[in-house]
Amino acid sequence: MASVLEVRNLSKRFGGITAVDDVSFDVHEGEILGLIGPNGSGKSTLFNCILGQLAPSAGEVRVDGHGVTGLRPSELNRRGVSRTFQLLQVFPKLTVRENLILAGQEHQGRMLARLFGKRDAGLTAQADRMIAFFRLSHLAEETAGSLSYGQQKLLDAAMAFMAGPRLVLLDEPAGGVNLTMLASLKERLHAINAEENATFVVIEHNMEFVMSLCSRILVLAEGRIIAEGAPEAVRRDPRVIEAYLGH
Amino acid sequence: MKARLPLLALALVAVALVVAPLGLQRYGTYILTLWLVTSIAAMGVNLIVGYAGQETLAQAAFLGIGAYTTALLTGAGVPFGLAFLASGALAFCVGILIGFPALRVRKHYLAFVTLAFTVLVWLVIRNEQWLTGGVMGMNVRRPGLGEINLRNHQNFYWFVLAITAALSFALWWIVRSPWGRAFTALRENALRAESLGVDVRLYTLLAFAIGCAYGGFAGALFAPLVGFIDPAPFALAPSLLFLLMVVVGGAGSFAGPFVGAAVAVLLPEWLRFAQGHYLIIYALLVIVMMAFCPSGIVGLVRRLVALRPKPSTADAPAAPAKEAA
Ligand SMILES: Nc1ncnc2c1ncn2[C@@H]1O[C@H](COP(=O)(O)OP(=O)(O)OP(=O)(O)O)[C@@H](O)[C@H]1O
Ligand SMILES: [Mg+2]
Repeated sequence: MASVLEVRNLSKRFGGITAVDDVSFDVHEGEILGLIGPNGSGKSTLFNCILGQLAPSAGEVRVDGHGVTGLRPSELNRRGVSRTFQLLQVFPKLTVRENLILAGQEHQGRMLARLFGKRDAGLTAQADRMIAFFRLSHLAEETAGSLSYGQQKLLDAAMAFMAGPRLVLLDEPAGGVNLTMLASLKERLHAINAEENATFVVIEHNMEFVMSLCSRILVLAEGRIIAEGAPEAVRRDPRVIEAYLGH
Repeated sequence: MKARLPLLALALVAVALVVAPLGLQRYGTYILTLWLVTSIAAMGVNLIVGYAGQETLAQAAFLGIGAYTTALLTGAGVPFGLAFLASGALAFCVGILIGFPALRVRKHYLAFVTLAFTVLVWLVIRNEQWLTGGVMGMNVRRPGLGEINLRNHQNFYWFVLAITAALSFALWWIVRSPWGRAFTALRENALRAESLGVDVRLYTLLAFAIGCAYGGFAGALFAPLVGFIDPAPFALAPSLLFLLMVVVGGAGSFAGPFVGAAVAVLLPEWLRFAQGHYLIIYALLVIVMMAFCPSGIVGLVRRLVALRPKPSTADAPAAPAKEAA
C-alpha cells in the first residue's frame, strides 16, 4: 500500500524539553490512523511539525513521496493536507456557509479570478452539501459564533473536509462533543473515508471513540512512539498501560 | 423589502450629494470636497484596520506621496488622469515595499514600520527643497477635463464625487469578493485561515497595499483641491487622525470612514469658536466612543435601529442583504 504521509526521524525541542523525539512512521493510503498518548506526550506538537506550523528541529516529512518540510501551512493545505486544531477554531462572525466557502475558496482558480469571479467562488452548492452531510442545514445562515460548542466542533471538522483533501489530521475531534453527536461524527468520518478515499490521522483521548474509529493506533509517550498496532493489541499492550498509569 | 431599503437610502444619499453644491457657497463646497477626499483615504485605513485587522500609522504619508506625485507630474505637463493613476500605483508599490519586510517579522511590526515611515516621508518632503519646495511648499494647478473647467469649485466637486463613487464601488467589490472573505478570516483567526489554504502573508500585504493606494488616490485629489501643498498635512498627527476617524466612524463597516471623515472635517468647522480646543473635544469624543460604543457611530446607529421593535423579525431569508463583516 502506498504511503500518503512519511515521517522520518522527526524531533522538536523547546529549549530543554524534547516534545517530539526521533519519531518515524508511515500513514497508508485510505487508512484511519489513531494517535494516542498521555497529556503532554507531544501529539499536537507532532501535528504542528508535520503541517509546517512549527519548524522541526530535525527530521523530514514527505507527502505522496514529495518532501514538504519547511512548506507553510497554506501551501501544504493547497497540496491536499488539511487539519483541525485541538482548540476549536471557526470564524465566529462568518455564517456557517461562509465558513465552509472560505475553507474551499483558496483551492479554486487563481488569485485574480477570486477577485473578479463569483462572490461564493462557485462553492455554495458544495458548501450546502457539506453542511447537510454534517447535519447542520438548519444553521447554514447562522453566524458560527452563535452555534453550540458541539455544533461548532462539527463545523470545524466539516471545514477540514471542504476542499476534498487527501490527508486530514484531526486533533481531538471528539473533545467536548456529546454522545449522540459523537456517534454521528464517527459515522460521518467513516463515510468520508470510504467515499472520498481520504486518509486520516486522529488524535483522541476518548478511547472508545478512537478504538472503534481507527484501523491502526500509534502510541506516543514523552515524545517517542512506544507502541503501534491494531486497536485491540494496543489496548492490551503493557507498555501502553504503563505509560498511561505510570505518571 | 429588506434588501430594497438600503438601496433606496443609498439612492437618496447619492441624489443629495449630487445636488448639494447647488445650495452651498464656495467655502461650503470646498468643505464638502475635502470630506470626500478625506473619506477616500479613510476607506483605505478601514480596509487595513477594519477589515483585515492590521495597523497603519502612515495614511497621511501616503496622502503626501499621492499629493506630491500629482503636483510634480501635472507641473511637468502630464495629464491629470495619468498623474492620478500614478499616485495610486506608487502608493501601492511603496505599500508592498514597506509591508513585505514588516509582515515577515510579526503583525505589530506594521505599526512600528508605518510610524517610522511617516516620519521619514515628512522629513523628505521638508528637506528635499529642490523637489518639493520644502516648507515653502508648492503650487498645484487644477486639472482641466476636456471642455469642463475644473477650476470652478462646483465642477471640481462633481469630479471628485464621481471618483469617490468609483473608488467606493471598487472597495465594495473587493470586500464582497472572496478576497474580502479572506481578509475577514485573517482578522478573525489568521492561524486557522492559514491552515485552510489562505496565504495570510499575501492577503495581508494586499489589504495593506490597496489601503495605501487609496491614500495615494486621495492625495492626488487633495493637491489640486487645496491648490498649495506643504509638509504639514502629511505628518504623524494627521496619520493618527485618519486612524481615529475610522475608529469613530466604525471600523469594518462600509459607511464608517464616511461618517468618521465627516466628523473629522466638520468638527473643526463647527467648533471654530473653541479655536485650539477642538482637538481636545475630538480626543474626548474618541475616548467616550471607545468606552461606550467600540463599533463606532455606525455601530451606534445600528444598535438604535435594532432597538426599535420590528413587525416581523424572522421573515424572508435576508441572505443577499446580510453582510459578512
Ligand atoms: N510552543 C511551545 N513552547 C514550549 N513548549 C511547548 C510548546 N508547545 C508544546 N510544548 C511542550 O511540548 C510538550 C508536548 O506538548 P503537546 O501539546 O504536543 O502535547 P499533547 O500530546 O498534544 O498533549 P494533550 O493531550 O494534553 O493535548 C509539552 O511538554 C508542552 O509543554
Ligand atoms: Mg494536544
